[in-house]
Amino acid sequence: MKAGVIIFPGSNCDRDAITALKDITGQDPVQIWHKTTEWPKGLDFVVVPGGFSYGDYLRCGAMAGNSPIIPELKAFANSGGHILGICNGFQILTETGLLPGALLRNAGLNFVCRNERLIVSPNSSAFTSEYQSGSEIIVPVAHHDGNFFADDATLDMLEGDGRVAFRYADNPNGSARDIAGILSENRRVLGMMPHPERAIGGHEGGSDGRAMFTGVMNALATA
Amino acid sequence: MTDTTDLSAKIVTAMQTVQNQSDAAEHGINTEEWDRLITRLGRHPNLVELGIYSVMWSEHCSYKSSRRHLSKFPTKNEFVIQGPGENAGVIDIGDGQAAIFKMESHNHPSYIEPYQGAATGVGGILRDVFTMGARPIALVNALRFGEPDHPKTRSLVAGVVHGIGGYGNCVGVPTVAGETQFDAGYNGNILVNAMAVGLADQDKIFYARGATPGNPIFYVGSKTGRDGIHGATMASAEFSEGDEEKRPTVQVGDPFTEKLLIEACLELMETDAIQAIQDMGAAGLTSSSVEMADSGGENGEGIGVEMDLDKVPQREEGMTAYEIMLSESQERMLMVLKPGKEAVAKAIFDKWDLDAEVIGMTTDTGRLVLKQHGEVVCDIPVAPLADDAPNYDRPWNEPPKRAPFDLSKYAEPADFADVLLKLMSCPDMASKRWVWEQYDRHVMGDTVDSSTSGGDAAIVRIHGTNKALAICSDCNPHYVAADPFEGGKGVVAEAYRNLSAVGAKPIAITDNLNFGNPEKPNTMGYIVKAIEGMAAACGELNFPVVSGNVSLYNETDGVAIPPTPVVGGVGLIEDVTKVATLKGAQAGDKLVLLSETQPHLGASLYAREWLGLKGEELGPPPSAMLDTEIDNGEFIRKLISQGVVNAVHDVSDGGIACAAAEMALAGGVGVSFCGTEPGEGSELTQLFGERPASYLIAVNDDQWVKWDSKGFLPTVLGKFEGDSITLKTGVSPNIVDHTITLEALRDAHEGWMPRYMAGA
Repeated sequence: MKAGVIIFPGSNCDRDAITALKDITGQDPVQIWHKTTEWPKGLDFVVVPGGFSYGDYLRCGAMAGNSPIIPELKAFANSGGHILGICNGFQILTETGLLPGALLRNAGLNFVCRNERLIVSPNSSAFTSEYQSGSEIIVPVAHHDGNFFADDATLDMLEGDGRVAFRYADNPNGSARDIAGILSENRRVLGMMPHPERAIGGHEGGSDGRAMFTGVMNALATA
Repeated sequence: MTDTTDLSAKIVTAMQTVQNQSDAAEHGINTEEWDRLITRLGRHPNLVELGIYSVMWSEHCSYKSSRRHLSKFPTKNEFVIQGPGENAGVIDIGDGQAAIFKMESHNHPSYIEPYQGAATGVGGILRDVFTMGARPIALVNALRFGEPDHPKTRSLVAGVVHGIGGYGNCVGVPTVAGETQFDAGYNGNILVNAMAVGLADQDKIFYARGATPGNPIFYVGSKTGRDGIHGATMASAEFSEGDEEKRPTVQVGDPFTEKLLIEACLELMETDAIQAIQDMGAAGLTSSSVEMADSGGENGEGIGVEMDLDKVPQREEGMTAYEIMLSESQERMLMVLKPGKEAVAKAIFDKWDLDAEVIGMTTDTGRLVLKQHGEVVCDIPVAPLADDAPNYDRPWNEPPKRAPFDLSKYAEPADFADVLLKLMSCPDMASKRWVWEQYDRHVMGDTVDSSTSGGDAAIVRIHGTNKALAICSDCNPHYVAADPFEGGKGVVAEAYRNLSAVGAKPIAITDNLNFGNPEKPNTMGYIVKAIEGMAAACGELNFPVVSGNVSLYNETDGVAIPPTPVVGGVGLIEDVTKVATLKGAQAGDKLVLLSETQPHLGASLYAREWLGLKGEELGPPPSAMLDTEIDNGEFIRKLISQGVVNAVHDVSDGGIACAAAEMALAGGVGVSFCGTEPGEGSELTQLFGERPASYLIAVNDDQWVKWDSKGFLPTVLGKFEGDSITLKTGVSPNIVDHTITLEALRDAHEGWMPRYMAGA
């Protein structure tokens, strides 16, 4: 699997994603600077990392959603590439329209950083292929604007089409229907607020996030 | 349209206006200092020059009241690469790497404008660390607020915590540890002390010193605005009611720009372009240029600096030289480049969309020369600003000794469980989850243990290795107030103990000395004796001071804060798989005390919170036992490295009762235990008395038999089991159980802060 990580000014989980990918795939992912308009050749999987792109001084992810790299990212998605947007990356994916909905300020108004229990929803994506449907995993969250919002029709559609990837067991931010992560229609783009790249073992975040990366890797290997 | 020629001429004229003694007095320069100034200069200064003298000679920049006492600190051991005097301290952590760290206060700004004051405190301490070539890997903060019932406390807590989180979370450095305490003594003057720890390669450490003449001076980062002018002078004066109106002197932070500045500086540091570098902190462009000039030259003989202020990137038009030189706009750096490296540097800063300009040259004149609109607006020798700043031997009084604490004056509580409940839910001891859940503790992916476990020190892995740093911050101001010498020793000893408790070898400390007005001999006495106590402990424990900050004049309306010398400790863990925290206790484990010191209720949590005593009546603190501290520290580190413990916690506030309760809460398992001598003497003192050099350990039977305890007297006090905490007093058949369920204790311990912040 050839992986890449997009870096915006203000991204700060880019190194976490690079570390996780290197640890799990054994290869250095390609670092893609946001001003690039030349997409690296042969990529299978791209992480849009967390952080505060452009300081998030405008609506979270709004500036990054209009960065020079975004048309290339959309083309990659349209060509069937796998994309994982984590935290700010999820916010950016909703801003680009690759995923529906929006992330509002947490219902409790405060930034929240803690390990959360997530329930794996029934779905058929590479990202969740190595988790048992309905099982519980622990993945850390760290965000101020993680309150997932969409209109009822969109929420019904996401649920009806099996596009909810994860739900919170103890909703930390007021997200609609406890949604922690959602998939694109082709199941190849996942956006989620929790940080699987901070749950790869050897630290406070636990190791439940590893299977997300190995799931994609193994799915791509057998594809 | 503005006639810019006319405006320029007006500015230059104003800048060149000769100043007299009454102008100097308005700048906080006293008669003695004025005489010193005009003698050294040989004439009266103009406005720009006076402004520069006033900030450089302020307490904040010159340490004029504390300098001669700070020299008592041991500053070297076999690990120290750079001690005090640079932007931050540097220690050798092996494998060609170094840890670079410092703690600094932002007390006054945080009281006036808590969000921005705390945020820029974080930004400033981060710059001190990455200026030296280190990637920041951890943030710690030590916060002290007024009593919870004070009308301002709640909003100050909210503002400071949001400010620290807002900055640290955005910049992407984990906030891994800290302390939050409350006391009426901080009602008018809160303390916000922030510490940053960074990681660098030893062959890529950058210093403020070493610039040579004839090289370009390079300004990078944010534009200069009118914010924060005279912040250093503000931090060197007492407060009075209504000083919130000083808000315009508080700077505004921009963590996004800081993040870009970190990346750009570290990228430039990979090239061979920088000769010397200094961040623009307090007193901005003035102190950064003066400090680089003063420590410049191949042998540190000092050099000169000539700058054209028209080239300084400015946020608004019409700024005067005075404003440009004194501005404390954030997220700025000054560097001296090696010849011909301007283009390399410029390209990197362009990539990160940051301003970067050559604004002057280093010279061999030893003078600071500034030009604006083509005219010289400042021409003064550098040496008197820095090396030759005032250095006072302030008169001081020996702090009074307190009478011994007499427990017999007070009725013994009937149920010790009630005491435990009250102590564990009092503002100082209650869980600070409300605070630390607002900090990103996990970004960078190397946080092995943070505030989450309530442990003694955070553990942060050294990226890509199997090693880790342990980091803690400590101060018991009640001990220091009771006896500054013993209390000062105790502060350093507690840091040593907290690092040892997670299995780290204590290496060095940074300090943040927060006191009142040094011009008052009684306050100065506490400053002197606390420093001497700390210095004694640093020496005996081989635990030197490598960086630090002094914050004086923490007074409001003539009332000083409790003496609060905070210590940030850093230790090294060679194998991150061999650590201990307080959360690993399992059902069936023994509870073991390693102590060999006597319990003590003077100046204790019990005396303060249960008996409600204050000041003199609290009595003296326990004396530090440094020899025992070393022996027990080494023994505990050996046990941890051998893997023969499940959990370790140091004994501090609230004695073994509170320490055991914290282990039980963290481990989710009950515990029942007695004092060290059941049925003998005061069991209250045995259980709630505070003792130096002591640890509680959870250990299972298999581990216990492997202990080689020769020369030590570990004492089994009880057992982890069930879902209650039981303190046992008396001997069979008259044993009394004092019991509280874990759930009830947890509700009280976790509940206080959220309820308080909700105004409930």
